[in-house]
Amino acid sequence: MFRSYVLVCGGTGCTSSNSPKVIEALENEIKAVGLQDEVKVVKTGCFGLCALGPIMIVYPEGVFYSRVKPEWIKEIVDEHLLKGRIVKKYLYQETIDGDNIKNLMHTRFYEKQTRIALHNCGVIAAEDIDEYIARGGYTALEKVLFHMQPQEVIEVVKASGLRGRGGAGFSTGMKWQFTASAEGDVKYVCCNADEGDPGAFMDRSVLEGDPHCVIEAMTIAAYAIGGSQGYVYVRAEYPIAVQRLRIALAQAREYGLLGDNIMGTGFKFDIEIRLGAGAFVCGEETALMTSIEGNRGEPRPRPPFPANKGLFAKPTLLNNVETYANITQIINNGAEWFASMGTEKSKGTKVFALGGKVVNTGLVEIPMGTPLRTVIEEIGGGCPNGKKFKAAQTGGPSGGCIPASLIDTPLDYESMAAIGSIVGSGGLIVMDEDNCMVDIAKFFLDFTVDESCGKCAPCRIGTKRIYEMLEKITSGNGTLEDIDKLEELCYQVKSASLCALGQTAPNPVLSTLNYFRDEYIAHVVDKKCPAGVCKSLLQYVIDPEKCKGCTACARQCPVGAISGTVKQPHVIDSSKCIKCGACMATCKFGAISKK
Amino acid sequence: MSAKVVSSVPFNGTKEQKEALDAVIARYKGQQGCVMPAMQEAQDIYGYLPEEVQQMLAEGLNVPLEHIYGVSTFYAQFNLNPKGRYRVGVCLGTACYVKNSANVLEKIKEILGIDNGGCTPDGKFSLDATRCLGCCGLAPVMMINDDVYGRLTPENVAEVFEKYKDL
Amino acid sequence: MKTPADLAAIRVAKKHLVASRHDNMNAVRVTVGMGTCGIAAGARAVSNAFVEEIFKAGLDEKAIVVLSGCMGDCSLEPMVTVEVPGAEKVTYVKMDAAKAARVVAEHIVNNKVVTDYTK
Repeated sequence: MFRSYVLVCGGTGCTSSNSPKVIEALENEIKAVGLQDEVKVVKTGCFGLCALGPIMIVYPEGVFYSRVKPEWIKEIVDEHLLKGRIVKKYLYQETIDGDNIKNLMHTRFYEKQTRIALHNCGVIAAEDIDEYIARGGYTALEKVLFHMQPQEVIEVVKASGLRGRGGAGFSTGMKWQFTASAEGDVKYVCCNADEGDPGAFMDRSVLEGDPHCVIEAMTIAAYAIGGSQGYVYVRAEYPIAVQRLRIALAQAREYGLLGDNIMGTGFKFDIEIRLGAGAFVCGEETALMTSIEGNRGEPRPRPPFPANKGLFAKPTLLNNVETYANITQIINNGAEWFASMGTEKSKGTKVFALGGKVVNTGLVEIPMGTPLRTVIEEIGGGCPNGKKFKAAQTGGPSGGCIPASLIDTPLDYESMAAIGSIVGSGGLIVMDEDNCMVDIAKFFLDFTVDESCGKCAPCRIGTKRIYEMLEKITSGNGTLEDIDKLEELCYQVKSASLCALGQTAPNPVLSTLNYFRDEYIAHVVDKKCPAGVCKSLLQYVIDPEKCKGCTACARQCPVGAISGTVKQPHVIDSSKCIKCGACMATCKFGAISKK
Repeated sequence: MSAKVVSSVPFNGTKEQKEALDAVIARYKGQQGCVMPAMQEAQDIYGYLPEEVQQMLAEGLNVPLEHIYGVSTFYAQFNLNPKGRYRVGVCLGTACYVKNSANVLEKIKEILGIDNGGCTPDGKFSLDATRCLGCCGLAPVMMINDDVYGRLTPENVAEVFEKYKDL
Repeated sequence: MKTPADLAAIRVAKKHLVASRHDNMNAVRVTVGMGTCGIAAGARAVSNAFVEEIFKAGLDEKAIVVLSGCMGDCSLEPMVTVEVPGAEKVTYVKMDAAKAARVVAEHIVNNKVVTDYTK
């Protein structure tokens, strides 16, 4: 038994900030001072506060060292682990409260969170099945196999009110019911881990931090619907998640928790991994299934729905990683427990990946219905550098923006739909006054044009035309008529596309047109970009009052567009200027600005 | 899908690579859903999927070459052209984009002297703008093979490449 | 292959590993004074003894052992404080492994302060 546990995050984020070196330094130093029988180092998954990684938490005290450098480890081991003197200067400063050190859960980032899907992430060793079991893992599967009938399991999931967390928000219990009722000699259970929305990393964190939670849930689902084989379709861009999943599957098989005779009951189920190959559209259910079958990832019309005819033409259940991550606790704690959280139609919690112009970037899990303001101002710590919050984008390329005027909107399925947005998979990108909403719409369309599978004309051709119109507008060549045409085209693409990629691709445009039409108008009428982003509409100007005539900018300019004599105010020739911004970056007197 | 530029570098497969590919084919032949995993492993062996390798896969798995080719041009991860020993991927996902990753990409193009999708003549580095890598808490982000680098700026990104100078 | 009984056994055997990884605000807090003087006086053996006795008594979720720097009265080292939520903090002096066992059994399990060892 150990006196103390030092948890270090081994998720992708912290790994890229060198947490493996931190772990190595810890293990070496602990051995050097002879503490290896008293202190255990544990590599966990993502604990959420990515902005402060590498993260290190020492239990049982619960102190939180942030942005840990390997060079600090000797001091931390000697002072804190050996002599009991916490090294305050390396702590997350918000936890220091006079002489006391607050527990991490009482900081602004964590105190409004309710971690259900993420309950093991950042707590257990990500590659140790025994720690998962010690924290109650596989009790839900045991309960289901020994004490519940398949239909009972489905009733519990229905009663919980859990809705698909991949973005569509369809009733999970109903989906399980449809698949259970379908006719078929073989049924498949799939997990959609092709988290393609830019800005979303909820599923990655669950797979890296708590892979067994997903495996156990898929096995429960298989029992409930009569499935015998499972597939997890993971993006290949997630190597750590793939590796953790492989290890977890091997451990589960070794313990007989997957295979021909699960827990000795004779129930058979096993899971294989299938890697994606870089196609966003394969997050769509029919595209995902055809990709597993070895084809180009092109969606198909529904009906037939996958519940009746899915993978290899058999009844197939497909759920998102985060949806599965809630199942074991729903089984153990009951449907009423889950339904007691959230709102009337959006039960439970949702994991959001908070990114962009916000202080505390990272992963948060909050009850459905939490207002956006709470997420941005309290949990997120607001916009950095004193900038004004402008809009939050949810749902990635399928979503809409929530303008600052609607910051009190509750984050749940109904409220978001009412304002023209979606909850989506959980990506929540915060934008400030320096972001141009027309540019953002164009950014999303650039993505969608590239990712469109090409099968149906409305999406293949329509998204491209939408993108070209946005290009026209942001380069200063647009007209008011273009804005009307753009809007009309958006509605056509929405209504005529074959799958959700095309049907939702126009959402960022429609949403920004709705709330930021004045920005579009400024681009076409005034030929100006109010946020100062669209290069073609910018003018770099030297303020003659501030310019000292030091000539630094003129020397930096790659096209010789700046002229002036030494110690005299300089001037930029806008006809030569390529708007690279090098002059502004060089000027030490703040004399250059862009309009 | 991005345009596939066809390389003029001739295919030069070794005997060991052929043996490894034969083993992959033997393992997957006849299994349902085998095409994608077989192609992914073939790419791991050769580094890319030129027509010669696609032909071997088609014959070995008893699947039309047209099918293999269709799949290889659909998915961004399948390379029909050789990639560098170090594949640099710069994330242009939303969170990175709003924090200026496009400028980081421009700087890297300057440092490596190649364009997006290109490969340095010595075969050391190739460069691709990528989709979201899922490390949004550390935006802007780039990956070099499996290593992730975050909190990049046009000013500090050169330091990362210093590490690879003598490799 | 693990049966439910096997899994239950793992849960019991490994419980102590994960028991303390949360907000321990409501646990009994045993603080062992370290610092250079504490270590010199044998405080490490005392902290290890507390950890072992708490484990043996199955109290991993109810009591935690933390260290602190020098507690001040160097002549009375090794010093240990025990804080039961809701009760006053008790300070024990000149502790050793055997005394630790008694404090766990009487104070932490039965809520009876061991006055023999207090200041």
